[in-house]
Amino acid sequence: MALLEKIDGAYQLIEPFTEEKVRSLRVGDMVEITGELLTGRDAVHKWLDSGNEPPESEVRLKNSIIYHCGPVMMKKGKKWVATAAGPTTSIREEPYQAKIIEKFGLKAVIGKGGMGEKTKIACKNFGCVYLHAVGGAAQVLAERITSVDGVFGLEQFGSPEAIWKLKVERFPVVVTIDAHGNSLHQEIEAESGEKLKEVISKIGK
Amino acid sequence: MNSTLKKKLHDSLVEILRKTSAELPDDVFEAIESGRKIEESGSSAKYAMDIICDNVGIAKRKSQPLCQDTGTVLFYIHFPQKTDFDELQNLIKKAVVTATKKGYLRQNSVDSITGKNSGNNIGPGAPVIHAEPWKKEDFEIKLMLKGGGCENVGAQYSLPDSRVGAGRDLKGVEKCILDAVQNAQGKGCGPGILGVCIGGDRGTGYAASKEQFLRKIGDRNRDATLAALEARVTEEANQLGIGPMGFGGKTTLLATKVTALNRVPASFFVSVSYMCWAFRRQGARVNKKGEIQKWLY
Ligand code: SF4
Repeated sequence: MALLEKIDGAYQLIEPFTEEKVRSLRVGDMVEITGELLTGRDAVHKWLDSGNEPPESEVRLKNSIIYHCGPVMMKKGKKWVATAAGPTTSIREEPYQAKIIEKFGLKAVIGKGGMGEKTKIACKNFGCVYLHAVGGAAQVLAERITSVDGVFGLEQFGSPEAIWKLKVERFPVVVTIDAHGNSLHQEIEAESGEKLKEVISKIGK
Repeated sequence: MNSTLKKKLHDSLVEILRKTSAELPDDVFEAIESGRKIEESGSSAKYAMDIICDNVGIAKRKSQPLCQDTGTVLFYIHFPQKTDFDELQNLIKKAVVTATKKGYLRQNSVDSITGKNSGNNIGPGAPVIHAEPWKKEDFEIKLMLKGGGCENVGAQYSLPDSRVGAGRDLKGVEKCILDAVQNAQGKGCGPGILGVCIGGDRGTGYAASKEQFLRKIGDRNRDATLAALEARVTEEANQLGIGPMGFGGKTTLLATKVTALNRVPASFFVSVSYMCWAFRRQGARVNKKGEIQKWLY
């Protein structure tokens, strides 16, 4: 029996996130996440990479999922609400990501556009996956956030760059780098590159 | 302009900004829908197209930005000859400030030297306003919001280009366009739409390529050669198998729109602009009282 239940074609990745669960996923798999996501983009990655870390009591990075996202947040009464929460381009975090995956045992990284070789190797070595959210789908993704459970570094990093703790339900993504050394980005690029050569040679001189 | 006209024109501009940010034009949505239909059920391409379609519905219903990157704000305007252009420009800026306050636009304009966000989408070159007077008594106001991710994958080629194997002819042009599609994969939030300009200089070429996005997806180029090129490139690009978001699949491009400008004999540029699926453009005819008369897309 498969480790993760499948609903409407999508594997259900539910907290607690474990190495065993993410290792069962393969590139091309559709996945829906239920549990906590931590947002983090440029400022946070740089900060973590320089050896800093948030206090455990506020943010638990161990075994967590980091989401490359700068959400648009609004305060309604005492509560924060995400009004838009699409992914941002991941490749900017390539210099830092591998180290952060190793240090905190991240189980997944979510973003868009894919990541490079170093991250791919870290995913394989430490049991992590890269999950691609649908770029631009700010509204669908915001709707899957059921609550905002806190924020770290709001003063220091500013709202889009802070670490937001998001509770999500059935948050839709696609595995594009798995924990077995496969990258869908590299595969598709190679295949389309071959196809392009064919098409161009047909166009001729 | 008297104050009533100013007020009404301002409100109409804000409404154009709202609608553009929250609603995908019908012609674009139809193209996305047909892409969704041809993707195999159970594939990640279909999954992505389903999510895109849901997103379009929710954004419209909630009147919220389709994508959080509300992009570069580009106006294309025709105005009655007797209009005071300075006044019109100020009104446009005011409407952009209002739309930002209301959340239709994200704070998206950054000083390139200091990195400081102006907070209201106003600054040197922001918003972009292309405006021409015309003999009519009403206004034609078109607006495009172009995201950063897809703007980053635009490309300009100077022919001949030996890397692509492109000579100075239409075959060379075709190869450049396909090369641009290959390089954009996974980055510009596809499926995409291409605007292309053959010729011109580096500046006019890019500007004209972007103006191609003002054409409806289903229209036919009046130039038969270019019409054929548009159809061929779209078909060839869709054979590459890049698919939505670069997940693999059939829908890589929804359309290609090509125009040509004269060039100097020494130069031969091909400028390619890429528009993501979140293709936000609208337009309206606004009467001399400043009221929206009809939507253009
Ligand atoms: S490329 Fe388009 S859909 Fe993607 S994030 Fe940018 S504006 Fe949004």
